[in-house]
Amino acid sequence: MSDNTTQVDLENWSCPLPLRDYPQIVMGHGGGGRLSAELIEHLFLPAFSGGALSDTLMQLGDAAVIDLGGPRLAFSTDSYVVRPRFFPGGNVGDLAVNGTVNDVSMTGARPIALSVGVVLEEGMRLDELGRIADAMGAAARKAGVTIVTGDTKVVDAGHGDGVYINTAGIGLVPEGVDLGPHRVRPGDVIIVSGAIAMHGIAVMSVREGIGFGSEIVTDSAPLNGLVAALLESGADVHMMRDPTRGGVAATLNEIASSSHTGMSIVERSVPVPDDVRAACGFLGLDPLYVANEGKLVAFVAAEDADLALQTMQAHEYGTQATIIGTVVEEHPGVVVAKTGIGGTRVVDLPLAEQLPRIC
Amino acid sequence: MKYLDEFSDPELAGRLLDEIRQTVTQPWAIMEVCGGQTHTIIRNGIDQLLPDTVTLIHGPGCPVCVTPLETIDRALAIAADPDVIFCSFGDMIRVPGSTTDLFRIKSEGGDIRIVYSPLDAVRLAQAHPEKQVVFFGIGFETTAPANAMTVTMAKNLGLTNFSLLVSHVLVPPAIRAIMDSPTRRVQGFLAAGHVCTVMGMSEYVPLVEEYHVPIVVTGFEPLDVLEGIRRVLVQLEEGRADLENAYPRAVNFEGNAAAQAVVHDVFTTCDRAWRGIGTIPQSGWRLSDEYADFDAELRFDVTGITAEESKLCRSGEVLQGLIKPIECGAFGKECSPRTPLGAPMVSSEGACAAYYQFRRLAAPVSA
Repeated sequence: MSDNTTQVDLENWSCPLPLRDYPQIVMGHGGGGRLSAELIEHLFLPAFSGGALSDTLMQLGDAAVIDLGGPRLAFSTDSYVVRPRFFPGGNVGDLAVNGTVNDVSMTGARPIALSVGVVLEEGMRLDELGRIADAMGAAARKAGVTIVTGDTKVVDAGHGDGVYINTAGIGLVPEGVDLGPHRVRPGDVIIVSGAIAMHGIAVMSVREGIGFGSEIVTDSAPLNGLVAALLESGADVHMMRDPTRGGVAATLNEIASSSHTGMSIVERSVPVPDDVRAACGFLGLDPLYVANEGKLVAFVAAEDADLALQTMQAHEYGTQATIIGTVVEEHPGVVVAKTGIGGTRVVDLPLAEQLPRIC
Repeated sequence: MKYLDEFSDPELAGRLLDEIRQTVTQPWAIMEVCGGQTHTIIRNGIDQLLPDTVTLIHGPGCPVCVTPLETIDRALAIAADPDVIFCSFGDMIRVPGSTTDLFRIKSEGGDIRIVYSPLDAVRLAQAHPEKQVVFFGIGFETTAPANAMTVTMAKNLGLTNFSLLVSHVLVPPAIRAIMDSPTRRVQGFLAAGHVCTVMGMSEYVPLVEEYHVPIVVTGFEPLDVLEGIRRVLVQLEEGRADLENAYPRAVNFEGNAAAQAVVHDVFTTCDRAWRGIGTIPQSGWRLSDEYADFDAELRFDVTGITAEESKLCRSGEVLQGLIKPIECGAFGKECSPRTPLGAPMVSSEGACAAYYQFRRLAAPVSA
């Protein structure tokens, strides 16, 4: 090493490069990692900006909160292209409802109504579509939201994957509720509402035809009830996010970056079911990066940690809620984990989806 | 959980670290040969927990990383063929060739499939008789038996549309090359446990005797790695050089006879170029002449493709343990997982990627 030692340029790492490497869309652009972020920042945002509510867009939330000069409306949309369409514990239908209900709920809003757009491929079996529609209806009733409008299109055989579903949802943000990265501050505790990585592994077990001894089922669930309970408890919640694509790691990285704080987590405290941990070990995946569909990560003022935890644990979708770490002043924008044996490591934003390792 | 939790127990790790601290009286440099062990070390912060006098050198044991650029370019040429279904292990997909990678070829219409078992590629060949199915068979001795099985299976099934692109590498010749290097710093080795599960331990006896270097067969969980390190250090402090097995739950001296039989039937030893290091004599396996019909390089006539490495990339020195990834001028600048110059930045087993992912904070770099 020479005397001319410099600190590694952290800024340079988080700054996305232009879209120069891939002239076409690659699968990684949909993975929820760095490539997805770059696509949004460099292609969509410049094209979409300029409207009266541009500031709302720029926040890049999973849901936007629009002030109507009185009530505040939460608005979100998401598309579901999961393969296979049916997996242990659910299918693309309930996933599409729960996913949007959860995105709306993370703003603190109470979701009210959904739209559903389906793109069907010629040849799709009607009995399968019926099962998917039934699952959507059941999920909506369970969440207490209504599907109020929709659209159907059919594309030629070979131009779709059976069915693609888009849902959009609206909800009302209760008065006085203000959640977001601007409220996250050093000292906040980080709570995850339950065991992680179940959905991603459940889907993978079917997609790749890998059995793991016991059946791992998706955690897909509507979180609006849990969110309402948490807010009604009076606990000082600063922010919530559902760690879907990219898992808890991507969520913590995004919030560390947008709130300009550091995240410090204790790896051993993160709840991972034994069979999921084994499956991850087998596939060379890190559970922190695997998708969830029925979990939330909450940032709560330290003095209300116990209240928030107890409230969540009393709810059916939060029984295994656990404090996994704290927000810190050090290393803003970076997530650091204390490892199982007492070392430390950086938990980076994934570039794209994790790739299974060779051996 | 059985075989996972008990091998990452923090209390036992603390005890092993205490023993290591009590053992060490002077500086030592140990190489973990296998990329899986590098991953464990960095992911768990083991190198930070060791006494400052113990240096871990990350060896050339990431199969993705040492696969030569030339082979990758050949793979890319085959994968771009519209008549081909190209099958690969997942972490090979993003490895950069000279001008492109498999991801991009997929986005341009190439039929690229990630498989978990090489035998899935044979099943694809059965299901798609109208296509040529090629499996990218890379790796150390660990992956060789399953890769070899694809060929015996394809032969038994009479498949004419399956072939293997082989770039297998072997651990013992690599250890020999490192020990023969004039710049070598390594004083002891953690041998790769899963390689020995297949091949057994006998190949390491002459290395221990000839070079008087301790070699400890080591597993992959945090406690396995700590125990391997502890045993090498005890030997070094006592002036011994023995072959030890610290991974007896998976490795015995003889190895797996059935796996060795299929490997020796299908493959034959050859000189092999290692990315960033150069050609090491008799350090690889290729398909034996009897199975030449299944050799993708011959079937697709890509043996004429040659390639040259990036001048900026110092992965050769990283793979030889001469520098740490953060000592490379391109680390985190021109080279990141986003824009990898060399393979060690791509695979999660690669030393550069492991440093980038887990070690950004603690990284002073020399300019």
